[in-house]
Amino acid sequence: MANTRVEQAEQKPGLDRVLRDTWYVFWREMLLPLRDPFSLVFSLLQPLVFLGLFGPLLGSAVGAPAFGGQSTLQWFLPGVVVMIALFGTSMTGSNLQYELMTGSYERILATPLSRSSLMIGRALKEWAPLVVQGLLISVVCIPFGFVLHPLHVLFGLIILGIFGIGLGALSYSLALVSQNKEWIFWGVQQTLLFPLMILSGIMLPIEAGPEWMKVASLFNPLTYLVNAERELFAGAVGVDTLYGLLAAVVTAAVGLVVGIRAISRNTN
Amino acid sequence: MIHTRKLTKNFTVKKDTVEAVKGVDIDVAPGELVAFLGPNGAGKSTTLRMLTTLLRPTSGSATVAGLDVVADPAGVRARIGYIGQGNGGGHSYRVIDEMIMQGRFYGMNTTDATARAKELLTSLDLADLAKRTVIKLSGGQRRRMDVALGLMHSPRLLFLDEPSTGMDPQNRANLWEHIMRMRAEHGTTIVLTTHYMDEADSMSERVIVIDHGAIIADNTAARLKADLAGDLLAVEVAAASAAEVRGLLARAAAEGELEEHAFDGVVRFRLRLSNGARLAPELLRRMHDAGAPAQSLELKPPTLDDVFLELTGRSLREGAEV
Repeated sequence: MANTRVEQAEQKPGLDRVLRDTWYVFWREMLLPLRDPFSLVFSLLQPLVFLGLFGPLLGSAVGAPAFGGQSTLQWFLPGVVVMIALFGTSMTGSNLQYELMTGSYERILATPLSRSSLMIGRALKEWAPLVVQGLLISVVCIPFGFVLHPLHVLFGLIILGIFGIGLGALSYSLALVSQNKEWIFWGVQQTLLFPLMILSGIMLPIEAGPEWMKVASLFNPLTYLVNAERELFAGAVGVDTLYGLLAAVVTAAVGLVVGIRAISRNTN
Repeated sequence: MIHTRKLTKNFTVKKDTVEAVKGVDIDVAPGELVAFLGPNGAGKSTTLRMLTTLLRPTSGSATVAGLDVVADPAGVRARIGYIGQGNGGGHSYRVIDEMIMQGRFYGMNTTDATARAKELLTSLDLADLAKRTVIKLSGGQRRRMDVALGLMHSPRLLFLDEPSTGMDPQNRANLWEHIMRMRAEHGTTIVLTTHYMDEADSMSERVIVIDHGAIIADNTAARLKADLAGDLLAVEVAAASAAEVRGLLARAAAEGELEEHAFDGVVRFRLRLSNGARLAPELLRRMHDAGAPAQSLELKPPTLDDVFLELTGRSLREGAEV
């Protein structure tokens, strides 16, 4: 009989294992929209509504100089894409909440799936529709003067995916921590979401704001992400892209560390 | 199949340490069917959750299916099946999709997982519901689906946490029929928790009685009852014969107390006898010889509740959910 001490470290699953498990978790999550494709149609409409209704107001309210010489659409569209990513992946935990209330989360926890794959798979599911949404709204906007740079856009979406893994993992952790107190999840998620969004210049250019907002925006990882997306959607790759990628990687790393801790704390 | 030594779990609730499981030693051999019996909060589920790696022990060791639960939890999980208290199927999913994904989680390929899922759904009478979403299933159907999910990868060791709580008697019997058939076919080792004593009594070969986080008895249900409770014997005699019979019964029941109630010229005696079924005929003969014949005799075999009462001074029913 093995007389292993309790303090002994757990065996870490290999990367191939994590990737394979992530695919399974992702695929299980994807079964929901695939079996119910109508939900996808609605999720495609939402960004179009935003572009169609908010875009024109923005152009006339703020005025062209704040957009750095770009067309309003060229400036605003990447912001909308980031916004969808933000809303989508920060909801990762809300789907988990339902599964926490029934026994299905526990059932999955009792399978050999690696712990990180549970979070990454779920976060990627929130990100996947974004690829379709992002490309679709880009194409729809072409007749209105938007210039599409497909490879740049694709790269931008990948950066958002990395960021989404981090945000998704944080959302996942939040759902675990607020177990049996579901309102806490929504309270925290909503309270953080809007300041982060506004202070990143997604909706309105931060340059138009007072000095303190500009300073605050520098501490917001989302700012770098939005700047990166704007650069990429404009067909350029430069310093902004690099910072954006960095912000995404840091967010992903922090999210996964916090998430793994939350999961193992749950077993204590 | 399972070996634990001084397995302990403490929970900290607002700076108070609660000892949920207090250093239990459990050994389960391959092929056994073991029930953890005890009231709610006794530590049954906590023990089960440590054995299934869902909870990390505070101290002590546990080897499950040959692997240490702390050193290699993923390895343990790959070798066991676990059917928890809740419903395992995600509400919005189709039954068959959840089954196949469950197989994939355990490393089966899609073809094998699909074949296995169909086989299980058929044997659990769920084949017609394969494309139904889980939320549309009845309670009994969901519970059977939980069993199907737990059996997807044909585990050699299966844990069931309160498998039949909240089910009506017919569904319970039905569920057990399926579990017993799986066991007969595959020689699966089964460990379950229950607070239904009749379930532990009729289904398990071995009962581990847990109370306040400790094991207070561990044996076959028959042995526990014979050793700890004994049969309940009730005899009614005419009031005139009472003194004679009281003497006879007092000698028969060396231990335990003799109750008596008098009513309408009849005295009713009640006592526990560890070997009542064998002693009763002899007792009747002696009463007859002494000229104090019994007017009626009732012999009730003990239940596990009697065992629990004997061990703890409390009834299991008091602690059970309504």
